[in-house]
Amino acid sequence: MAAYILPFEKPLLAIQNKIEELRRFSAEQGLTTSHDVAQLEAQLDETRRDLYAQLTPWQKVMVARHPRRPYTRDYITAFVDDFNELHGDRLLSDDHSIVGGLGWIKGRRVMIIGTQKGRDTKSNLDCNFGCPFPEGYRKALRLMRLAAKFSIPILTLIDTPGAFPGIEGEQRHVAEAIAVNLREMFRLPVPILAVVIGEGGSGGALGIGVANRILILEYAYYSVISPEGCAAILWKNRARADKAADALKLTAPDLLELGLVDAIIPEPPGGAHTDPPAIAAQVRDAILKQLDLLAKLSPAQVLEQRYSKFRAMGVFKEGSVPALTPPPIPEDTRP
Amino acid sequence: MTLFGKNKPGLKKARKRDMPDGLWLKCPGCNEMIFREEQEKALRVCPLCGHHFPMNRTERLAMLADPGSFVEWDKDVYSIDFLGFVGEASYQEKLESNRRKTGEVDAVTCGRARLHGRAIALGVMDFAFLGASMGAVVGEKITRLIERGTADRLPVIVVCASGGARMYEGMMSLMQMAKTSGALARHADAGLPYIPVLTHPTTAGVMASFATLGDLILAEPGALIGFAGARVIKETIQQDLPPGFQRPDFLLQHGLLDQIVPRGDLKQRLADLLDFLCGPLTPSEPPSVPV
Ligand SMILES: [Zn+2]
Repeated sequence: MAAYILPFEKPLLAIQNKIEELRRFSAEQGLTTSHDVAQLEAQLDETRRDLYAQLTPWQKVMVARHPRRPYTRDYITAFVDDFNELHGDRLLSDDHSIVGGLGWIKGRRVMIIGTQKGRDTKSNLDCNFGCPFPEGYRKALRLMRLAAKFSIPILTLIDTPGAFPGIEGEQRHVAEAIAVNLREMFRLPVPILAVVIGEGGSGGALGIGVANRILILEYAYYSVISPEGCAAILWKNRARADKAADALKLTAPDLLELGLVDAIIPEPPGGAHTDPPAIAAQVRDAILKQLDLLAKLSPAQVLEQRYSKFRAMGVFKEGSVPALTPPPIPEDTRP
Repeated sequence: MTLFGKNKPGLKKARKRDMPDGLWLKCPGCNEMIFREEQEKALRVCPLCGHHFPMNRTERLAMLADPGSFVEWDKDVYSIDFLGFVGEASYQEKLESNRRKTGEVDAVTCGRARLHGRAIALGVMDFAFLGASMGAVVGEKITRLIERGTADRLPVIVVCASGGARMYEGMMSLMQMAKTSGALARHADAGLPYIPVLTHPTTAGVMASFATLGDLILAEPGALIGFAGARVIKETIQQDLPPGFQRPDFLLQHGLLDQIVPRGDLKQRLADLLDFLCGPLTPSEPPSVPV
């Protein structure tokens, strides 16, 4: 696999180059250098672990967007048996940026719905870079209602920069499509589990995110606005995205602390893409654990738990509103 | 505009003398100077072209609620800077400057009112306060409004306006979309009507939650209504937007809106529609009974 190095991973690249050089040299000279290579590889692991132990929020966003990161279909291939993909919103089309279907996870029936990104230009054009159209949300709702009718729990995998901002989306009312999903997901009397596996891009992510439990991968993020969009508004400069990422509190630990997600699924040091089988197993086990817990709830409890969960979200104060502090006196009018 | 063009300095001067500050204002709809008092009396609608000017929440309440009938709920719920958000100004500073500017605590006012005698739960958003962005206070007050509507079996009317989510509150802001929508599911299950009225501008997170979940969706003429910002769309698709894009006529044609209702007709229209949905007022609920 050709290495794709994120800007902050340059120290890793230097070691990797050294390893390759050493290997080439020893092959040419017929020397045994396995000890030196092993030493360098250990150094590489250690450097990577150190680097990833202190990622900034913006660096985590880059990892979440890593072009080799496992996507929805990769997880389905890894741990869903007998996946039967289901297509279309019965209204207009089949949006490929949202994948859905029935499958088994370790013997449990599940309706799986997830946003899908592409790996190259062709697949990205096919799934619109993971940015759903209204049809995607309407397909998702159709499948969720189908699941509810047959008492099948719902798993949603979230990885989208957001709903697609375009003319068609507005003409076909993407806002309404998302809003209806938000309302209707509160009405489905089957367990819903959401896992943010990469990017949780605003309303486009929430449109399949009204769940009884919300899990998030260690380096995934979930944000009300993209860091670039936030920076463009606050500093009129998209290049300040790193500052915006800090301010938005969009990382997994931040969201856990705010009570907006229920658990974090740890990733291998270096990110999910460095060990896809390992992360798939982690995600599968986390899903099974939650599905088994949720299976204990009655349909009424499932509805009530979901409502109370979101009802409790909000930080504000109530009581006598504090008086305003005097406005700052402009410099030039000070005595 | 030609009347006051550069080639008519005499006229310009004369008009200036006749126009003490604030007596006249220029209408962005027809570019004519209109008498402010007339515009105020006409619910801040231009008497010449029908352009709908912004209206503050006091004016909106006066326009929709029967005189003396409005009882405010949750007046003392206020926002705090729980993320310690610092942009070009801190969230705390933003909150304070907007409180100072508007004299209001946050971006929505909610309460019980009567509309031509019928008891309703009424919410009014105010774009002047931080772009009527939806933070935890807006989300909570709208949710309580809907929940009280459900408990007291009241129709819910929300005059919507919003620039979107309140990014100073991060993801907590986004989750208000789900919270308010959940409350509307229960209100709908109780068989009660909910009518959002979309005013200029209603966009983004509010649009993708309670603004588009009405049994009926009404809009004011001229309002900008949409999900994504026009600038964002233009940058993404690299082409110009069709004329009238994200405006009421366009949205009526594309099937989102039930009606476009001029401000002057709104109260009577809402009363008529509620009569249809809930049945006319019975004598047991006479208009004169105080709330
Ligand atoms: Zn005019």
